[in-house]
Amino acid sequence: MKTHSVTIRPKKLFSFSDLQEIWEYRELLYFFAWRDIKVRYKQTAIGILWAVFQPFVTMVVFSLFFGSLLQVSSDGVPYPIFVYTGLLFWQFFSTALSDTSTVLITNQQIITKVYFPRLLLPLSSVLTKVIDFGIAAIILVGMMLYYGFTPHLISLVVLPLLLVITFMASSGLGLILAAINVKYRDVRYALPFFIQILLFVTPVIYPASIAGKYSWLLALNPMMGVIQSARASVLGTTTLNWTLIGISLVATFILLLLGIYIFKKTERYFADIM
Amino acid sequence: MTPIITASGIGKKYTLNKNQGSYVALRDVLTSFGTRAADIFRRTKKSSTKEIFWALQDVGFTINKGEVVGIIGRNGAGKSTLLKILSQITPPTTGEIMIRGRVGSLLEVGTGFHPELSGRENIYLNGAILGMSRKEITTKFNDIVQFADVEKFLDTPVKYYSSGMYVRLAFSVAAHMEPDILIIDEVLAVGDAEFQKKCIGKMDEIARKDGRTVLFVSHNMAAIQQLCKSAILLEQGQVKMQGPVKEVIDAYIGLAESSAYTDILFEPDASKKMEITAMKVSKDANEASIGVMKDFIIDIDMTLREKVEGAFISIIFFDQDGRRCADFMEIDTDENATKERLAGDYTLSVTIPGIFNAGLYTVMVVIEKGQETLDKKDGLVIRITDTTAHPYPIQGRAPLMPHATWNYQ
Repeated sequence: MKTHSVTIRPKKLFSFSDLQEIWEYRELLYFFAWRDIKVRYKQTAIGILWAVFQPFVTMVVFSLFFGSLLQVSSDGVPYPIFVYTGLLFWQFFSTALSDTSTVLITNQQIITKVYFPRLLLPLSSVLTKVIDFGIAAIILVGMMLYYGFTPHLISLVVLPLLLVITFMASSGLGLILAAINVKYRDVRYALPFFIQILLFVTPVIYPASIAGKYSWLLALNPMMGVIQSARASVLGTTTLNWTLIGISLVATFILLLLGIYIFKKTERYFADIM
Repeated sequence: MTPIITASGIGKKYTLNKNQGSYVALRDVLTSFGTRAADIFRRTKKSSTKEIFWALQDVGFTINKGEVVGIIGRNGAGKSTLLKILSQITPPTTGEIMIRGRVGSLLEVGTGFHPELSGRENIYLNGAILGMSRKEITTKFNDIVQFADVEKFLDTPVKYYSSGMYVRLAFSVAAHMEPDILIIDEVLAVGDAEFQKKCIGKMDEIARKDGRTVLFVSHNMAAIQQLCKSAILLEQGQVKMQGPVKEVIDAYIGLAESSAYTDILFEPDASKKMEITAMKVSKDANEASIGVMKDFIIDIDMTLREKVEGAFISIIFFDQDGRRCADFMEIDTDENATKERLAGDYTLSVTIPGIFNAGLYTVMVVIEKGQETLDKKDGLVIRITDTTAHPYPIQGRAPLMPHATWNYQ
C-alpha cells in the first residue's frame, strides 16, 4: 500500500490537487448519487415512473392551456412536441439548480462529522438529474415517432453539447447559491420563486421569436440558447445558430469556474457555521 | 522513528456574534446595512458586537505509530475542535499538522445513515462515507453484519430498527474501518452496557492486535485508562500536559477538584431551540462541601427560543473515574415532564437526594426529545465529603450509599 500523508494547515483557496482528490473519491460520488436516486424512488409509490410522469403531465397541461386555448405560436411544429423539447432541458436545469443550492444544508449532518471533498455533494445532485433527463428523453423519442420527425444527424453532436451547457449552467449557478445558502439561510425560501420567474423569461412555453427585436435580451439567458438549439436540431424549427451555442458554451464555462471559486472560498468555514 | 502525527502551533479562532446564531439571515444583513448607513449619517458609532474566541491556541504534540492516546479535558477545553481539525472537517487558523497515514474519524456513530434505506444499503453508504472502498466493504460485509447481530433485518429499512440495533450496526461499520490512524470521539456513550463492553473490547483489539494509532476522546476515565497508555490533557484551548495515562488522569482530577462548586455558564448558541445556559449547585454557605447523606440542590438555567413539546431533562452523575453512576430523570418524577414548554428563560431547581458516597462527581445535563439530543452540557463538579462520625472509613466503597432502614426483629 502506498503511504499516504496529509499536511493540515490553514486552507489554501484552490490547487490542482483538489481535482485529483475528487477523482480519488469518485466512489463516494457514485454512492451519493445512488443514495439520492434510491431514496427518491423508494419514497414515491410509482417509483422510477415519476421521472417520466412529471414532465409528461406538465407537457399535457401546458399543451392544453398554452397550445390549444391560448394558441401560443410554436414555430410551425405541433405544440406538444415543441413544449416538451423545451421542458426536457428546462426541468433538468431547474431541478439541478434547486437541488445543488440546498445540498449542503440537507447534508449538514455529514459535513460536520466527516471529511471528503465538499464538491462531491453538488456534483452528485447534478448527476442524479442527468439520469432523470435520460429517462424523460425516452418520451421525446416516442413523440418524435408519433409526429413523424426524423432528427437531423447533427443533433447527435448538438444534444450532448447542449446537455454539457445545461450541466455547467445549473451547477455553476447552483454552487454560488449553495455557498450563499449556508451563510444566509433565508435565501432558499426565495429560490422557488426565482426559478419560477426564470421559467417565464426562458422560451420554454413560447418560441424565442415572439420577442422580435428584443430577442437579444433573451440571449443573455444561457438556457435560451440551449432550448432554441435543441428545437432547431430535433424539430428543425430554425436554422442552427453555432455562434449562439459557442457563446453559451463559453459563458456557462465561466459561470462554472466562478461557481467553483465561490464554493471553494466558502468551503473553508462550512463546518464552522453549520 | 518519525512520529506519525506532528502538530505544532495549532490555533483555531472563532468569531462569535453576540445574541445571534452562527448563521445569519440575508434579511438581517440588509437591514443592518441600512441602520449602519444611517449611523454614519448621524455620526454615531456603535460598538461592535463581534467577539473573538480562540478555541485552541498554540497546541503542539507528537504521536508515534501504534500509540493509543487519550485526549481528556473539561467541557470547552477544545477537545472537539482538535478532533475536527485532525479529521479535516475544519481547517486550523494557525499552525500545521503533519500526518503520515490514512485518517479515519469517528466523531459520531451512524453518520450519513439514511432511514429509508435498508441495513444492507446503509452499510455500503456509511462505509463509503467513512472512506472505505466498495471492494473493502464487500470483503468485510459478513463480519460487519455478524458483529452488529442484525442478519435477520438486513433488508429492512433502518427506520424500523430499534435504537439498539441501529447503534450496533452503525458502530460495527465504523469498527471495521482500517485506517492507519483512528480518531474516536466519545462514541462509546451509546448502546446498552453489554454492547459498550463489546465496543471497548473491539477498540482494544484494534489498538493492540493491529498496532493501529488511535486518538480517543472520552469523559470515561475508566475506559481511557483501560485503552490508552498515554494521554493529552487540554485546558482552555492549550495542552496542559502530555504523558503516561495515570499521571495525566491524576492531573485532570486535580483540575476538577479545584473547580468543585464553581458555577458553570455556557456561551449561548442561538441555533438551539432549547439550551442549558448555566449550572449551579447550592450548598450551605457555612459549609465547605456537601456531606454524605445530605440532600442538595442543582439549579439549571435554560433558554427556550421557541415552544418545545415532548422534551425531557435528565441529570447524569459520573464518579471520579468517569463511570456513570446515577441518572435522575424528570420523566420519572413528573408525569407532565414532557409537556409543552413555552419560549422563555427558566431556572429548574432539582433536589438531589443524599445517596452519594464521599468523592468527586461530575454532573452532566441532557435535554432529549425522542431520538434527538437538543442539548448536552457538563462540567459541574461536586465534592461530597465524609461528615459521619463512625469509625469505619467509607471512602473507596461504592459510589452510591443510599440510606436504608435497618430493623432488628
